[in-house]
Amino acid sequence: MSSSVKIKTLTIDERQVGAREDQTILDVARENGIKIPTLCSLKGLSAYGGCRMCIVEIAGTPKLLPSCMTTVEEGMVVTTNSDRIKKYRRSLLELYFSERNHVCSVCATNGYCELQSMAQEVEMTHVHFPYMYPQLDIDATHERFILDHNRCISCTRCVRVCDEIEGAHTLDIKDRGIDIRVITDLDHPWGESETCTQCGKCVHVCPTGALIERGKSVGEMSKRKQLLPYLTKMREAHE
Amino acid sequence: MTPEEFKKIGETHQKKREAFKYNINVCTAAACVSLQSEKVKDELASQVKEQGKKESCRISGTGCLGLCASGPLVTINNGQALYGGVKPGDAADIVKSIDKKPVKRLEIPADMPFFARQTKIALEHCGNTDPEVLGDYLALEGYEALYNCLTTMQPVEVIDTMVKSGLRGRGGGGYPVGLKWSTVHKAVGTKKFVICNADEGDPGAFMDRSMLESDPHSIVEGMAIAGYAVGATHGYVYIRGEYPLAIKRLKAAIKQAERQGFLGKNICGTPFSFDVEIRLGAGAFVCGEETALIASIEGKRGTPRPRPPYPAQYGLWGFPTLINNVETFANISPIVRKGADYYASIGTERSKGTKVFALAGSINNTGLIEVPMGITLREIVFEIGGGIIGGKKFKAVQTGGPSGGCIPDEYLDMKVDYESLAQVGSIMGSGGMIVMDETSCMVDVAKYFMDFCRSESCGKCAPCRVGTAQMYNLLNLISEGKATMHDMELLEELCDVVRNTSLCGLGQTAANPVLSTIRFFRDEYLAHIKDKKCPAGVCVIEHKEEAVL
Ligand SMILES: Cc1cc2nc3c(=O)[nH]c(=O)nc-3n(C[C@H](O)[C@H](O)[C@H](O)COP(=O)(O)O)c2cc1C
Ligand code: SF4
Ligand code: SF4
Ligand code: SF4
Ligand code: SF4
Ligand code: FES
Ligand code: FES
Repeated sequence: MSSSVKIKTLTIDERQVGAREDQTILDVARENGIKIPTLCSLKGLSAYGGCRMCIVEIAGTPKLLPSCMTTVEEGMVVTTNSDRIKKYRRSLLELYFSERNHVCSVCATNGYCELQSMAQEVEMTHVHFPYMYPQLDIDATHERFILDHNRCISCTRCVRVCDEIEGAHTLDIKDRGIDIRVITDLDHPWGESETCTQCGKCVHVCPTGALIERGKSVGEMSKRKQLLPYLTKMREAHE
Repeated sequence: MTPEEFKKIGETHQKKREAFKYNINVCTAAACVSLQSEKVKDELASQVKEQGKKESCRISGTGCLGLCASGPLVTINNGQALYGGVKPGDAADIVKSIDKKPVKRLEIPADMPFFARQTKIALEHCGNTDPEVLGDYLALEGYEALYNCLTTMQPVEVIDTMVKSGLRGRGGGGYPVGLKWSTVHKAVGTKKFVICNADEGDPGAFMDRSMLESDPHSIVEGMAIAGYAVGATHGYVYIRGEYPLAIKRLKAAIKQAERQGFLGKNICGTPFSFDVEIRLGAGAFVCGEETALIASIEGKRGTPRPRPPYPAQYGLWGFPTLINNVETFANISPIVRKGADYYASIGTERSKGTKVFALAGSINNTGLIEVPMGITLREIVFEIGGGIIGGKKFKAVQTGGPSGGCIPDEYLDMKVDYESLAQVGSIMGSGGMIVMDETSCMVDVAKYFMDFCRSESCGKCAPCRVGTAQMYNLLNLISEGKATMHDMELLEELCDVVRNTSLCGLGQTAANPVLSTIRFFRDEYLAHIKDKKCPAGVCVIEHKEEAVL
């Protein structure tokens, strides 16, 4: 990175803020205490841009852009919380809930789930799209962890942490559209994986109850949210 | 090679041709090949031998003549006679009658509006050269544009020519070519790339395939000129694996061009070097989206990423990359040769030049056409297309494939250009044009395209992944007569959500076929929902008897 990083000024929600030129809108907003909902982005992992929860309005741009992947520009005027965006975020979240089977009352992450708390955050009261109720598998072959596709939102945090931080590349994505699935190795049962180091990072970055530790019952699976920031910090200290 | 040398090759070829009194061309592009045109060609050759006419007749293969549905096509001296539906068994009669009256039963009038109303620029060589012979291309001023650019023009002058021509990208978006080239030219990078997008995934579209099969050198030349203009030294053609003939001809063309010094190091003896490699697509529609295509060339999963940054700034392996469509590249060398003013003199205020369309559906002359922008839909459908099959009533024309819309008869006199099509809720798209008659159900059409989007969605973002599946389910309910007005409201709401929150063009435009059919054919939706009837009689609606308790 060049030593002379330029500083840009922009407006977020009617507030003048300063930012380094390589920062994303999301980073800058957070630094300034402006909260933007996110599901797929996670500090320490590469950006993905898939969950669309972090969309913002930028004056002069007709399209809504993901703040997690849009870098700041001089004079940008950003709105993170208009009624229009709030409405879209609610609809997006409802789509997630309609996609797979989120029955929180029988979920190990009940109470600790980011999808669930997001529902509160965006003031969702019900799902008005038809539930799709797919019949999906649960991979319980691993001796320590369980992968329940019924609760996966395809954010790929697990895939990225396994590849980028652990370096195991056990997890991947297969197929497309509504059939998209997280897989282990070449779609073999997780328990037979020869690449998995059992590090558990995927479980702790997973925002939902899709990845949990074996033996955890309803409402028992809290996630170590500090794990990744800690690892990233250690790495940076090392470099 | 010097220009004198390659002109000479061209002239020699031309002379060779002219030495024959009759040049018999057989279309060997994919549609005709699938109707056994290769056999027709062989049989013509042996008939010429048998009838002792080897001195006066020359048989060659040629690219698509456009009237693919009447294939295999054979022309004599570029239109002196034109035959359609030729079978190997017809060869004897064709050769016999060569210096007499044409064979009546096979004849297609060469002055029919289908041909007369077209303006061929991108397709200028299609049907009058042998795509496998470089000499044929050189005989028609091939590679002269490249040579002139390299020896007499600065890169910025080439870009300026594109700006003045008004050419816009033909891959669907219609982004101004000169502006894109200029951005890549100005972008800073130790390396730059040119990519030709030949992924052509719209159902029923075959414009790009046909151009690559019929005139591959024009694409290669266009890419090399682009490379010179933006400062790139490597080019890739990302082409569908399902196009074996196009791949074969493009490969051959690249080899020929390399051998004659039109590609490779120090092209035409100038400091400019440029090479072209072929990359085969994995067959997913979404891989035609530029950022997904780039990921795919890089060996990653072919899914889109948010833009900005655009490939012009941050493209292949992070380097500035110019990506244009096949048809866009096919227009480059004609524009350089004939001049930007000539090109800009065709078309409308903001849509210059011509556009290639694949005409399909309930229309008499299906096939490939190139028309000036600003032509009306009526002219395309009723003159060039020869009207609706069986004299049925026209209902709508669909442009833009799964990202486009259906245009009803009240807009038949509308000019075809980017702006007008957008105004009626459709898009120019890459050039698919499907004509529908009174027997088509618009709910069914919308359902068909939504089925396509839902199965082609890459699944990366929730609105497109879940939204297209939800919309398909709702359309299915409507078509089965099981939907309520509430479902219709949900459908319209989803159209809005998916359009505005999806990551890439696939999701952002997936609702277009639904929105446009709702806009113009709302009563058809209502008939399915309220009266449980499909007015066109396409959808199967089961009428349950009321249960008597
Ligand atoms: C889902 C999707 C599919 C696309 N498929 C194609 C394609 O098959 N061919 C193509 O040239 N452009 C395709 N595009 C457009 C490209 O992203 C890109 O805009 C185009 O290749 C640029 O070339 P042009 O400026 O010459 O049109 C597609 C876009 C989307 C969103
Ligand atoms: S993953 Fe979250 S939202 Fe889904 S069932 Fe579990 S707690 Fe509920
Ligand atoms: S436990 Fe570690 S190695 Fe195994 S899949 Fe999860 S992240 Fe990858
Ligand atoms: S398993 Fe968890 S982390 Fe992985 S994609 Fe699904 S929701 Fe995201
Ligand atoms: S809009 Fe559809 S195709 Fe495009 S990235 Fe999202 S899921 Fe994939
Ligand atoms: S957090 Fe930005 S798209 Fe998911
Ligand atoms: S393929 Fe032969 S005319 Fe089009």
